[in-house]
Amino acid sequence: MRSKYNKASIYTKANQLKIAKEGSDKMVIDTKHFGSIDINDEKIITFVEGIPGFPDQKKYILISDENENSPFCWLQCIDDPDLAFPLMNPLAVCPTYSPDVSTELIQSLGEPNPEDLLIYAILVVPEDITKMTVNLKAPVIIHTKTKKGLQIISDNEEYSVRHYVYEEIQKLQPIVEKGGE
Amino acid sequence: MNNMLALSRKKDESIIIGDQIEVVVLGVEGDTVRLGIQAPKHISIHRKEIYLQIQEENKAASSSKAIKDIQTLFKK
Repeated sequence: MRSKYNKASIYTKANQLKIAKEGSDKMVIDTKHFGSIDINDEKIITFVEGIPGFPDQKKYILISDENENSPFCWLQCIDDPDLAFPLMNPLAVCPTYSPDVSTELIQSLGEPNPEDLLIYAILVVPEDITKMTVNLKAPVIIHTKTKKGLQIISDNEEYSVRHYVYEEIQKLQPIVEKGGE
Repeated sequence: MNNMLALSRKKDESIIIGDQIEVVVLGVEGDTVRLGIQAPKHISIHRKEIYLQIQEENKAASSSKAIKDIQTLFKK
């Protein structure tokens, strides 16, 4: 059924996008890092406003890494195979992470039940991997029921747009290995 | 972008954008203008330089290396 992408599995952990039992249509999309993959169209997340810098691309899908417990995943654009953003769970590097964002903005995605909301931070991974940064200032919020997403610029002064995470990610090692194979 | 509309306003005067957005000049001190903005809560308002910074970071993020390389960190 999903033989085409043994390199990647679509994010299906608890609290991830629910697959509707009926009316699901499969489609094949090209991705930046995983070749062609089959997806169910229920998995498509709509960013109504696009993503700052990419206002015209509104449809994305979350692709997780091989390791289910990895804090990383990809936000792959449906209509542009070359457009994909690496994401990570911000709580993995900032356990107290709690950005101030307007409730009304969250409500524009759907009912703001915390259990229906996923929060990710966008990573920048340059050639020199030790210089990788994560954007804690402007997290990506995804509503799992309505499948709408939004990048929100938080009001927090303490969260940086370019938070260096290389060393912090290395410290995650024991947790990730424990959770892995 | 369309041609820019230029208006002169004094302290406490305002402009209305559309039906729901009001921008008030709260005060002027030297070359700093304090603005008050009233808009529906779902409209996001940002200092432009922060918005541009987010755009730049997103563009940099979109040319990131594969996360596979990050995974190798864990195996060191």
